[in-house]
Amino acid sequence: MTITIEYYLILSAFMFIVGVAGVLTRRNAIIVFMCIELMLNSANLTLVAFSSYLGSSVGQLFVFFVMTVAAAEAAVGLAIIIAIFRNKLTVNIDDINILKW
Amino acid sequence: MFNNLQEFYNFLPMILIGTGILISVTVELFSKKSLTFLSWFSIVLFFLVGIISLWNIDSKSVILQNMVATGGYVNIFYALFSFTGMIVCLLSIDYLKKYEALFGEYYILLQTSILGMMLMAAAKDLFVIFLGLELMSVSFYVLAGINRKRGNAIEASLKYFLLGAFATGFVVYGIALIYGTSQSTSIDVIASKFVELSGNLLFISGVLLFLIGFSFKIAAFPFHMWVPDVYQGSPSTVSAFFSTAGKTAAFSAIIVSLFALFTSGASKIITPYLSVISVLSMFFGSIVALSQTNIKRMLAYSSIANAGYLLIGLAASNSEGIAGVIFYLTAYSLMNLGAFGIVSIIESKEEKNLEINDYAGLSNKQPLLAGLLSLLMFSLAGIPPFAGFFGKYYIFMAAIKSDLTILAILGVLSSVISVYFYLRIVVLMYFKESDLELGLYKSNSGLLALFISVLLIIILGIFPGSFLNIINSAL
Repeated sequence: MTITIEYYLILSAFMFIVGVAGVLTRRNAIIVFMCIELMLNSANLTLVAFSSYLGSSVGQLFVFFVMTVAAAEAAVGLAIIIAIFRNKLTVNIDDINILKW
Repeated sequence: MFNNLQEFYNFLPMILIGTGILISVTVELFSKKSLTFLSWFSIVLFFLVGIISLWNIDSKSVILQNMVATGGYVNIFYALFSFTGMIVCLLSIDYLKKYEALFGEYYILLQTSILGMMLMAAAKDLFVIFLGLELMSVSFYVLAGINRKRGNAIEASLKYFLLGAFATGFVVYGIALIYGTSQSTSIDVIASKFVELSGNLLFISGVLLFLIGFSFKIAAFPFHMWVPDVYQGSPSTVSAFFSTAGKTAAFSAIIVSLFALFTSGASKIITPYLSVISVLSMFFGSIVALSQTNIKRMLAYSSIANAGYLLIGLAASNSEGIAGVIFYLTAYSLMNLGAFGIVSIIESKEEKNLEINDYAGLSNKQPLLAGLLSLLMFSLAGIPPFAGFFGKYYIFMAAIKSDLTILAILGVLSSVISVYFYLRIVVLMYFKESDLELGLYKSNSGLLALFISVLLIIILGIFPGSFLNIINSAL
């Protein structure tokens, strides 16, 4: 049995939906951030699948950019989460509500 | 890389900013007292870049393997970003001293975010839009929380980061689907295939995800929830920067992507989406702003309403609409820089004086600031002799021209509602008394920034036609 492009697309769409649902329902800032990374990785999977299906290397190149950006974002994001933990001793989004959420 | 010297000159604004970033990082690294140098260096750099961009406005070209466009309206955006940056730097010099947030990174991050905005405005490829967007956003997350000891600032930073990264996820997934169906990331190629692909479900969902991601960035209605908190929690000068340059950059990327569609008439396909979110954001922004007591939150909701007016111009999908949007973005940037600038001057340590009621009786205590703020409020409310009126006028005219009369009428209705909360501040300043001591910090550079923005608003209001001609000839 050959694995066609549809399987990859369905898997990545599923990963994307899991990511979105996680961002909307989870309350721990780090888990929310992990769900965002899951969304970015589902986009990466789509790009690689299309790239191999179309026989063009542009998609794979794009994946490197997305990974680099995600790494930069992770560095900044974790720094922000550490700063807020020092300030309030919690990373639960429901407890971080001086401003109205 | 470049085929001839002319292309190098066209690319000069970005090269200058890039060099500026490297110089600033080096200076910040090796010098202990770099803050004064960095602030004035950034001001001069932004001024130079703005002048060079306006100088090169006629030399249109597409360079770097069809990745980046130069000249024309791209350069108007360059100039807008750099002059906004310059005014924000002028406002920040004394504001940072007030909060003892003496970080040189502040100015470096302003420069990197402006480089990202320039990439977004110049993009000819989804690659470049994505990189520019991320360069801008990551700098913004840090800028929001630059004063990391204050709980509000770091909280605003976290909220901005989580929702901004969430929006990025949508943009990237949208780009992936668009790439897969159109087999290219070049905006021109995608635009030429747009009509034949408009029946393809994957392609349309890609376009919608891309637009949803950008709706977060421009603060349109269903995706606006971060705006009031981030604008309230961030330092006032940074909020000024988010609400002007940040919004302009997101709009410039949408304009870049839509502009290629106009020739084929395919932009009509997304008009319904743009119309719906524009009406929702106008009314939501104006109605919720009525009940705000904090002036920064009020300006944040007014920024949501203004995103709605700007979306009308995009929904009109003709070149008049785009010209109107660029005009209104310029006017709106100047007005908001002025308004947030005055807020940042009147604000005192520990976030005091941020309630709207603190502005009561300002005309006696600070006649100059009160006068400037009422000018800005009249302009934001869209009262004729100022720039804000003409921006809205051009946008509504473009909507009427492409048979979206209902959208124009709703826009006028919503701006009538918004007159109430803008003029409430003017009434408070001139007709109410208050014993409150403001305890102001003097800021000469801040006043200079305010004068520049108010002067430009008046000039744009008196000669709107000549600026519109410049935009039209650049489109």
